[in-house]
Amino acid sequence: MYDAPILGDTVDQKTTKISARDVQVYYGDTHAIKDVNVDIDSKTVTAFIGPSGCGKSTFLRCINRMNDTIDVCRVVGDIKIDGEDIYDKRVDPVQLRAKVGMVFQKPNPFPKSIYDNIAYGPRIHGLAKNKADLDVIVEKSLRRGAIWDEVKDRLDAPGTGLSGGQQQRLCIARAVATEPEVLLMDEPCSALDPIATAQVEELIDELRNQFSVVIVTHSMQQAARVSQKTAFFHLGNLVEYGDTSQIFTNPLDERTQNYITGRIG
Amino acid sequence: MSAGLVILAVVAIATVGFFVGRAKSLSSAGGDIRQLHSLPSYYGQATFLFAAVPALLVTFAWLILQPMFVASQISGMIVSGDIVEGASRTLVMADVRRIANGLDVAVTAGKLSETGIEKLNTASTDVRALLAGVGVAVASDVQQNILAAAKEFRTLTSTLRIAMAVVAIALSVLGLVVALTRIKPEYRARNVSEQAVKALLILSSLVAILTTVGIIASLVFETLHFFQLYPAKDFFFNLTWNPQFTGGSDLGFIPLLWGTLYVSFVALVFAVPIGLFVAVYLSEYATNRVRSIVKPAVEILAGIPTIVYGLFALITVGPLLRDYFAQPLGLGQSSSSVLTAGIVMGIMLIPFVSSLSDDVINAVPQAMRDGSYGLGATQSETVKQVILPAALPGIVGAILLAASRAIGETMIVVMGAGAAAKLSLNPLEAMTTITVKIVSQLTGDTEFASPETLVAFALGLSLFVITLGLNVLALYIVRKYREQYE
Ligand SMILES: Nc1ncnc2c1ncn2[C@@H]1O[C@H](COP(=O)(O)OP(=O)(O)O)[C@@H](O)[C@H]1O
Ligand SMILES: [Mg+2]
Repeated sequence: MYDAPILGDTVDQKTTKISARDVQVYYGDTHAIKDVNVDIDSKTVTAFIGPSGCGKSTFLRCINRMNDTIDVCRVVGDIKIDGEDIYDKRVDPVQLRAKVGMVFQKPNPFPKSIYDNIAYGPRIHGLAKNKADLDVIVEKSLRRGAIWDEVKDRLDAPGTGLSGGQQQRLCIARAVATEPEVLLMDEPCSALDPIATAQVEELIDELRNQFSVVIVTHSMQQAARVSQKTAFFHLGNLVEYGDTSQIFTNPLDERTQNYITGRIG
Repeated sequence: MSAGLVILAVVAIATVGFFVGRAKSLSSAGGDIRQLHSLPSYYGQATFLFAAVPALLVTFAWLILQPMFVASQISGMIVSGDIVEGASRTLVMADVRRIANGLDVAVTAGKLSETGIEKLNTASTDVRALLAGVGVAVASDVQQNILAAAKEFRTLTSTLRIAMAVVAIALSVLGLVVALTRIKPEYRARNVSEQAVKALLILSSLVAILTTVGIIASLVFETLHFFQLYPAKDFFFNLTWNPQFTGGSDLGFIPLLWGTLYVSFVALVFAVPIGLFVAVYLSEYATNRVRSIVKPAVEILAGIPTIVYGLFALITVGPLLRDYFAQPLGLGQSSSSVLTAGIVMGIMLIPFVSSLSDDVINAVPQAMRDGSYGLGATQSETVKQVILPAALPGIVGAILLAASRAIGETMIVVMGAGAAAKLSLNPLEAMTTITVKIVSQLTGDTEFASPETLVAFALGLSLFVITLGLNVLALYIVRKYREQYE
């Protein structure tokens, strides 16, 4: 049914990058995330799977405080990145988001040139001292986004004119341009065709060398292909979290078992 | 029988047709609705249409054509000797119509009988006094020949009226009978009635289009007339506007165009930044509660009649600017000024700009904001660098629409900027605009044949071309913007 993950493909030094304790999220009166505890490793791809509406996106958006932009949303509990509480009053969500990049479900390039799309983050964070610096950052990011060869001759063309798969890789390049430590991806391939999906998955595997990647996906094959760790959410609860190989071959919880064999979802 | 009664009669016949047709369709199917092609009421409607439409069309055509026909018959009776010095044939015809009408009034008032009219003679009766007695004033003493024409006019008109009633009712009955004989179960009555509805819809849109065409045609026609009396070159390039009703006027369009553009420019300088800030605040910063109060409050500005803005300009802003700016700075003595009108017009335009911009800013997809916040941008960076650029085409469209409003505005300019046509850069001086001059050239005792009045049409056409151009440009830009997110 899905490609068997390569067993034993584990990471050498496993330090905890993100740790969440007793996280609750409410949308008004709706209790969307209940008692979630999880430790996410650095330099690892962690997949969030689960039926739709179970709270994967909501939890993902807690990690860079994007939920702050939703009026009715309230987050309770501790989330620490490198031991530092990101919901502490002294933390500026704007700075946090420079450190925790995000790629969205639907490619959302700005209606600007390809160059300006990538340069957007570095410019607002003052990462480049001059134009030459910025050129270097743009090229490097586009290369990391595995899209440099396709766009190097038309950096002035609008980003919105690219194909869906190219737009999504542009958005990934845009996110890595600010040199984040964590990269959050919310179903980054759901709007893409199989070929573009394969390209993005390959890219995610490479990004693991530099970033902690957390990816939400509705495709179990994809989770199995790209991730080392998997978390299964169900109705706002984190049901099971462990090595991807274990989750897919030997789930401990019955709900996980039912989900990956297609009985719920 | 008057035209109203004829129409009523036709409608009554058609209504009877509706019920008869409906009943007949049912009986033709032996009372089984499923045997019929359409529902019974469609057969009724079809019958109604057959009975009403041809008869009504003929009635309306008759009503339009009859006066022309009568006039052509009567004007043969008027010899050139009846036309007094300085008057024209149309004036005499108007007299004839008036006298005929006066005779009608006299008959209904009981002062005259039909036979009395037959015998009426200018030699024995003072017709003018007689008509004055029933409240109809005639300009001069009535000539025998003209009285005869008026009598002829009456008889001809009433004969034709009767003929019209007969023809219309006959047509209606004929239509009814034809429709009833056509009712059979397989007759497609629904299609007939739907075609009629479609025709009605087409007709309505034609009315809108034809009115526009008519307006433009009359503007163009009168403008051409004007250019025969006054050289187009002078109109477009002469730098002075100085109409004199004794002739020899300077009718240069430039000072008025300048005034129009200057006032509009000042208005936009006020309205655009404020309107934009309001829009950004409402769509990006305000909480729902604040928004639900502020947005309607701003839009109230759009509901104030422009004459009220004019008053505000005249009694508040104008004197204020004169006393605190113009006089101390030695820039002018007048409370009417470009700045006065511009500021007040700017206030009027704020809701235009803010409301339309608010809509386009809200139309920028949430994904753009998320993308920007996700990269660690602040709210103001997001607004400046993502949202406004994305909404820019729509905002430009909004500004152009506001500009065309400003250019067409009249009341605020009359009361705020004055009526002096001037080519000056000083914003504290009185100036005037195209719209104001159109009004002032056409009001008062004017004769529609002099260049001084006809120039209004040339001005109107110029204004129309300018605002049409702006609107087309705005629509084009707004449409372009819509495409971007589809
Ligand atoms: N902006 C929001 N306002 C209110 N409720 C929301 C909002 N976003 C998500 N929810 C609710 O939170 C729950 C979890 O949603 P989400 O995190 O989007 O699920 P998933 O990504 O797993 O499909 C759902 O029940 C959803 O209806
Ligand atoms: Mg989701």
